[in-house]
Amino acid sequence: MSDEVPILRVGGNLLVTLQGNLDDSTVEQIENAVTSEVARTAASGVLIDVSGLSIVDSFVARVIARLVAMVGLLGAASTIVGLQPAVAITLVELGVPMGHVRTALNAEQGIALLRGARDERVH
Amino acid sequence: MSVFTDQAVLTVSIDGEADLLRVRSVLRAEAQQVGLGLTAATKLVTAGSELARNIIRYATHGQGAMAVERLGREDRLGVRAVFTDDGPGIADLDLVMRDGYSTGGSLGLGLPGSRRLVDEFSIDSSPGQGTRVVIAQWAR
Repeated sequence: MSDEVPILRVGGNLLVTLQGNLDDSTVEQIENAVTSEVARTAASGVLIDVSGLSIVDSFVARVIARLVAMVGLLGAASTIVGLQPAVAITLVELGVPMGHVRTALNAEQGIALLRGARDERVH
Repeated sequence: MSVFTDQAVLTVSIDGEADLLRVRSVLRAEAQQVGLGLTAATKLVTAGSELARNIIRYATHGQGAMAVERLGREDRLGVRAVFTDDGPGIADLDLVMRDGYSTGGSLGLGLPGSRRLVDEFSIDSSPGQGTRVVIAQWAR
């Protein structure tokens, strides 16, 4: 993975794509980049696209959960999108607690979820 | 002609985070070679990643190795990976095999989680003697 973390702006949301074999330092780089980008753009939501990850071990899962918590503290909602079925099965058997993390099948559904979350907050 | 043919494939030395990627790609390639399904392969690679990370985090100087073997039986093939290190060893194996136990600030799922992901799992360790973890996954 390159040094640059791909973060796209989609409306009021950010789309972060996690790809390839992540090592510890890359993952930490992503945490820093995403949190500063949320703060800089005042994004209301963050979509974390993990469809490019062929494995998620407990370290990467924990980093994703931390990222969601950090983004939440900044006032934005996160949704994990595109988890591969084999990865989902593995995470459950590994025992990683991901219950509090909002997920969607793909980016489109993820954006719909984030929109719903924003509307809830407005009301 | 033997119906039981196990053969060593290769040994990957583990000496830092960069080797995690190597461990994963070697296991992924070997899983494909023996015909593991995608889910079984993903579980094997994930277990290997957890065990390699344990070596990097806990073994002396973060050094150890993974030896990969291809398992052959009459009716099926499999992959075995042996993770060894000369680290401080583990005094209480029952304790470290418990979900949520960690001395390193992690989730404490590495060992118990890995055991759930593979068909065969064994761990051997004692203080001062290093640690040896063996995992195996069979093609169905």
